[in-house]
Amino acid sequence: MSTNQFNSTPITPELVKEHGLNEEEYKLVLEIMGREPNINELGIFSVMWSEHCSYKSSKKWLKTLPTKADWVIQGPGENAGVIDIGDGQAAIFKMESHNHPSFIEPYQGAATGVGGIMRDVFTMGARPVANLNALRFGAPEHPKTRHLLSGVVEGIGGYGNCMGVPTIGGETNFHASYNGNILVNAMTVGLADTDNIFYSAAAGIGNPVVYVGSKTGRDGIHGATMASAEFDDDSDEKRPTVQVGDPFTEKLLLEACLELMATDMIVAIQDMGAAGLTSSSFEMASKGGVGVELWLDKVPMREEGMTPYELMLSESQERMLMVLKPGCEDAAKAIFDKWELDFAVIGTLTDTKRMVLKWHGELAGDLPIDPLAEASPEYDRPWEETPKQDRIDPASLSGKVDHIDALKTLIASSDLASRRWIWEQYDHLVMGNTIVRPGGDAGVVRVSGTNKGIAATTDCTPRYVMADPIEGGKQAVAEAYRNLIATGAKPLAITDNMNFGNPERPRIMGQFVGACKGIADACITLEFPVVSGNVSLYNETNGEGIMPTPAIGGVGVISDLDHHATIGIKAGEGTLIMIGAATGELGQSLYLKTIEGREEGAPPPVDLNAEKRAGSLVRELIELGVVKTCHDIADGGLLVTIAEMCMAGNVGADVSLPEQGSEAAWLFGEDQGRYVIATSDPDKVLNAAASANMAAVIVGQIGGDAISIEGEAKVSVSELRDLNEGWMPSFMADAT
Amino acid sequence: MKSAVILFPGINRENDAIAALEQATGTKPTLVWHGETELPNVDIIMVPGGFSYGDYLRCGAMAAKSPIMRAVADRAGQGVTILGVCNGFQILTEAGLLPGALMRNASLKFICKNTHLKIENTSSRFTNQYGMGDVVDYPVAHHDGNYFADEDTLNRLEGEGRVVLRYCDANGTVDPATNLNGSQRNIAGIINEAGNVLGMMPHPENAIDPLHGGIDGRGLFKSMVEAVS
Repeated sequence: MSTNQFNSTPITPELVKEHGLNEEEYKLVLEIMGREPNINELGIFSVMWSEHCSYKSSKKWLKTLPTKADWVIQGPGENAGVIDIGDGQAAIFKMESHNHPSFIEPYQGAATGVGGIMRDVFTMGARPVANLNALRFGAPEHPKTRHLLSGVVEGIGGYGNCMGVPTIGGETNFHASYNGNILVNAMTVGLADTDNIFYSAAAGIGNPVVYVGSKTGRDGIHGATMASAEFDDDSDEKRPTVQVGDPFTEKLLLEACLELMATDMIVAIQDMGAAGLTSSSFEMASKGGVGVELWLDKVPMREEGMTPYELMLSESQERMLMVLKPGCEDAAKAIFDKWELDFAVIGTLTDTKRMVLKWHGELAGDLPIDPLAEASPEYDRPWEETPKQDRIDPASLSGKVDHIDALKTLIASSDLASRRWIWEQYDHLVMGNTIVRPGGDAGVVRVSGTNKGIAATTDCTPRYVMADPIEGGKQAVAEAYRNLIATGAKPLAITDNMNFGNPERPRIMGQFVGACKGIADACITLEFPVVSGNVSLYNETNGEGIMPTPAIGGVGVISDLDHHATIGIKAGEGTLIMIGAATGELGQSLYLKTIEGREEGAPPPVDLNAEKRAGSLVRELIELGVVKTCHDIADGGLLVTIAEMCMAGNVGADVSLPEQGSEAAWLFGEDQGRYVIATSDPDKVLNAAASANMAAVIVGQIGGDAISIEGEAKVSVSELRDLNEGWMPSFMADAT
Repeated sequence: MKSAVILFPGINRENDAIAALEQATGTKPTLVWHGETELPNVDIIMVPGGFSYGDYLRCGAMAAKSPIMRAVADRAGQGVTILGVCNGFQILTEAGLLPGALMRNASLKFICKNTHLKIENTSSRFTNQYGMGDVVDYPVAHHDGNYFADEDTLNRLEGEGRVVLRYCDANGTVDPATNLNGSQRNIAGIINEAGNVLGMMPHPENAIDPLHGGIDGRGLFKSMVEAVS
């Protein structure tokens, strides 16, 4: 066997190391190849076995997540998850990280993250109808935070706005643990007909392998490997590996692909994301149990003098690989010509189960497919349990700050301040179907031409996961569930984006294992399976890991949009009722952190059965049209929740105190499984709760233009709003 | 009543435009591809919003040179009702069918939010359903909506009643504090000399359904229908 000129580069131990393969892994390479690989083959092993593509540290635990339900059409393993939403339609969605690139080059990193996740969704035949994101930045006072936030938001908007897909929700946290490793997780939800979903398994020996979209350049080479290593002070030098996005081309690619998908010409299709042509071609061939021969000199190239190595590893954006039915090439090409996109037949399917790379007729590489794509390393990394912390006794509070002053401080803090500055830079209205805009519990878009809605949210409370990975994992899922319920949606499934530090440290691996367990427990009880996801490890700089951040993206359906709820109190509603029980959990609460200066304690435990019962009750009340105003209780606790409802409705409220127990724990505890409802018919709500055997109690009376506590210590709603809306614009005023 | 929506590569609010026109006219508009050279026989032409050609070079500049724009200009000359919204407004200015230009927002940021607009001309074929000084509520979603024209042009536009919409607050106050994007004299929408072409940055097509949170935009489409029929 000869691979000619490509054998001229000597494969030294240093070169192997530069490709991120350890000695064990390289031994396996030699075993699989039966000889020394050439440089092209080494590059392919390198990206395919990177943590980013192979999930080698996480696979063992990801397998424990529940992925099935009657309504799940496709679980993890495809480009995105697919669920049945009735009426012959499916929602297709996934969340994915672009953390490392966004830290190095925030605009392009975030933009291409959004572009990549949209491609994952429309590859399957869905038109994207909603984008969301989950963002984590360093401490506000860190010198890089403003620059990163500003660039990331602009990048997300720059791409999503141009694509014409509304960005309807998300979350943003600040914490010093993200100073050197921000998190940019992007989620897309799309809609397709259940009988027209496209998969990636290649089939049909002799069928043409077709490349469409942008030309291939040198950008992003080894991006997947970069995403699988820790950062150090020289990380800025990795800037050239960040890809550059072109949303206009992606918009054309979206329309061209959907036009082609309306015909009957595609056998299989996969987007070129991380590890570009390598991973797309390997995955398609591996899933289909076929071989593939690629003629790399036929790949449309952006630059002169590109090599097979570069073509296989480039992460140039806005590209797709597909297998067409034989004889369809001309008709398919006509569609791409109309949209002025490249279209090239670059190979063919074979029965060899091998990948053969040709360069102007010469052999440039020859690898077996299955061992590479499927038999990549899987590690059972050592892990240690996170030590439990004690519950916070309210008696330990200093109690120095008056409740209304505490509310004012909290509502203007970086944790709770309005994110309007962010989401007003995203087009959240394009497509004309946005029913619930950002700023509430979940975003809602109408399914075009129907009165049905899709609700979507992203959630995670990293400080809970840090303190107790299992409870924190449960809480992330439960909060996503609750946010969907609060709009009146039936929660159907989630996508998870697992952002953690270096898994080779047992403490970090323990966080991952714990979070997986918590997520799995919650998914089972809440019948809320995982249908897609992404893992981002090695989020560390100079040995400092991020807070464990398993971001959950939840999707649900509202069957009749005439019966949905929003957080703003509406005219005629006089009473505030809390659904769900509270014992006053202050551990890891924002009150404890911001008012008492203590970041400690056991996070609020999640009673999944109670969570489900509360959810069912609230959803029923909304579906029946009894409740139009609902907000879940999360960060900041009851008083913050009521304040948010008042600000959104532009009305005041007088809040009640408990007959006994700590007032601060009642007002600011972050007990889970709770909602506040505003109603004009409190008896109806209380009776419904009583028959469901669910705790429900009146927590306030609506009226006036101020928030007070049992008639005392007022703050006007307009002052609160100024505090809440003021923080971020003034923080960002001197952004560069 | 027939209408057409022009589609350039990168346009993304064509379905919003179609929904609004269908609601107002009772008939689904014809979608016309930018590469066409002829328009069907229609009463209303709408150039929708989006990012034609990615907003590369200059917003609307490349679309203005598309083959179909010659046909649009001909129809404009014949007095056909033409509405350009957002990118559509930018395209119409680049095509010379409306005076002035749209520059980057004064904040340098994309802005998506609802805004109040003051109706300043109730005899135009786009605003005959509104009362003088009415304050309406439409969303905006743009990066380059900062209207600019020289002083003479601005004076002329105002003198001829061609400023149809201005950014204001809920009380109709037009001043620098209520100027959303830095536009000269708070201008949000203008008509041509003949009064048959309107360019505007806000999106009336995203305010036509109670589920949008408001239906103020319906009046604009209804006005066109009334004027044409």
